[in-house]
Amino acid sequence: MKKASRALFEVLLVVLALAFLSPIYIMVVNSFKNRAELYESALALPHSISFQYYAQAMAKMDFFTAFLNSLTITVTSVAIVVVLASMTAWMLARTEHKLSKFIFMVFVATMLIPFQTIMMPLMQVMDWIRTHLHIPMLNTRGGLIYMNIGFHASMAVFLYHGFVKSIPVALEEAATLDGCSKFGLFWKIVFPMLTTITVTIAILDVMAMWNDYLLPSLVLSDKSLRTIPLSTFYFFGEFTIVWNLAMAGLTLTIIPVVVFYVFAQKYIIKGIAAGAVK
Amino acid sequence: MNKTKDRAWFAVFTVPLLFIFTTVVIIPFIIGIFYSFVTWDGIPANPKVFVGVDNYIQIFKDQRFMASAWHTVKFTVLALLSVNVLGLVFSLLVTSKLRVSNAARTMFFMPNLIGGLILGYIWQFLFTDAMEFVGDKTGLHHVFFNWLLNPQFALYAMVIVFTWQMAGYTMIIYIAGIQGIPDEMIEAAKVDGANLWQRITRIIFPLLMPAFTICLFMTLSGAFKIYDVNLSLTKGGPNNATEMFAMNIFNEIFGYGRYGLGQAKAIVFFLVVAILTLTQVAITKKREVQM
Repeated sequence: MKKASRALFEVLLVVLALAFLSPIYIMVVNSFKNRAELYESALALPHSISFQYYAQAMAKMDFFTAFLNSLTITVTSVAIVVVLASMTAWMLARTEHKLSKFIFMVFVATMLIPFQTIMMPLMQVMDWIRTHLHIPMLNTRGGLIYMNIGFHASMAVFLYHGFVKSIPVALEEAATLDGCSKFGLFWKIVFPMLTTITVTIAILDVMAMWNDYLLPSLVLSDKSLRTIPLSTFYFFGEFTIVWNLAMAGLTLTIIPVVVFYVFAQKYIIKGIAAGAVK
Repeated sequence: MNKTKDRAWFAVFTVPLLFIFTTVVIIPFIIGIFYSFVTWDGIPANPKVFVGVDNYIQIFKDQRFMASAWHTVKFTVLALLSVNVLGLVFSLLVTSKLRVSNAARTMFFMPNLIGGLILGYIWQFLFTDAMEFVGDKTGLHHVFFNWLLNPQFALYAMVIVFTWQMAGYTMIIYIAGIQGIPDEMIEAAKVDGANLWQRITRIIFPLLMPAFTICLFMTLSGAFKIYDVNLSLTKGGPNNATEMFAMNIFNEIFGYGRYGLGQAKAIVFFLVVAILTLTQVAITKKREVQM
């Protein structure tokens, strides 16, 4: 009896989870249908599998360019955030003076500022840098990477700071006595100890930057620089009513995310739980 | 000697990030406050005219802005409830030691990885096409119709999409909270004759308060600042019925070119978000219990 009710419960949970993911099923099945088939039934499986809409969507979205842009921008931004934020947070946590407390306070306080509050003045500042210092911040990957770093600095410093505080200083003192420079001390001893929180921060930032639409839409205007969310936006502007083609395009955009999830699943789930507790 | 050396190291470690952070966040925030007191159309050659608090007064006379604020409040309250109820139910289901619970957890979290913009487009299809189809087949046209064309239902559609996105995320945090509760405590309550409902309300919920604090904070600020889903699902329509706070600000600045007025709205937006989230965290933090 108990066993039977347990099995029933398991089946119910699986059904619930599948129902929860049904929008993805509907998206995928319709990406294979022609228009007539699609209007016949939006829920049924396609009569035949053909990848023609994928080929079309891929060409219209410039999928490979967008994918490479997203990849370059995300990976570079996250790598720099991790390096700079860990260095900063470690220094702030290990020095006792008022300045480091103040700087840390500023990082934490600015986490309350919504992006919409600074988006317009940010564009003005970046435009000023472009015209007066001749550094191209707008419409370049480098500029977007720079801004990504700035926006993700607070959260990363906050998480690293908390983590550093929980590590005993004895090991660092021993290394210093052995004549290790600050730089060597950080990279050889401290940074390896921060791996857990580094993974957490990297995962949270990868997800945020990969999916970001608003900032790239303000910074990047060249077609050749578009990231995946941007190219999806323009793709939809042009082909809204052609739903089978649109569904193929959307399925394409989800493939990299699913691949990432399959490989990093354990870390993603752990990282989110760890990031939240801090 | 040693002191200057320490200072130099301090600078080497902190200045690069501080520099970037200052140019991207601090300076724009400060000059953003200045912009909110001028009128300007965004064209560099045109003058910025100082108007004092005029922009701030204008905001409250702006019917469309006040409407968007109201939609945002309504949306946030509904989203807060549905995301957290569903996230909590999921977390209780998948922590009940079943063989399939790991797979289910993976599946419930999945939508959170998909960006808001893309989620909105997926659901646009579901509402315009799949819903109509189900309505035709079942005859339940008053439930299964295109919600996005109805001013009231379009807002509920946004709540559904946001819930689909966020429920898995809060589930993960609630799971972490539930796993932090010692099994012996639950067992002891069982021995004392507490039923499932009592165990949930008297033991699990009070000990879950820290998870509530975080999840409510995440959903509150996420819902309040929503933009991507809003843009791709409804574009603020029909008839501006789903235009949220964030979208109204964007349109004011970059759509109508009223930079000063839009920036004043952005500052008000900041104040509201800050007050709301700080109050919520203060309230729920007070109710956290120590084990």
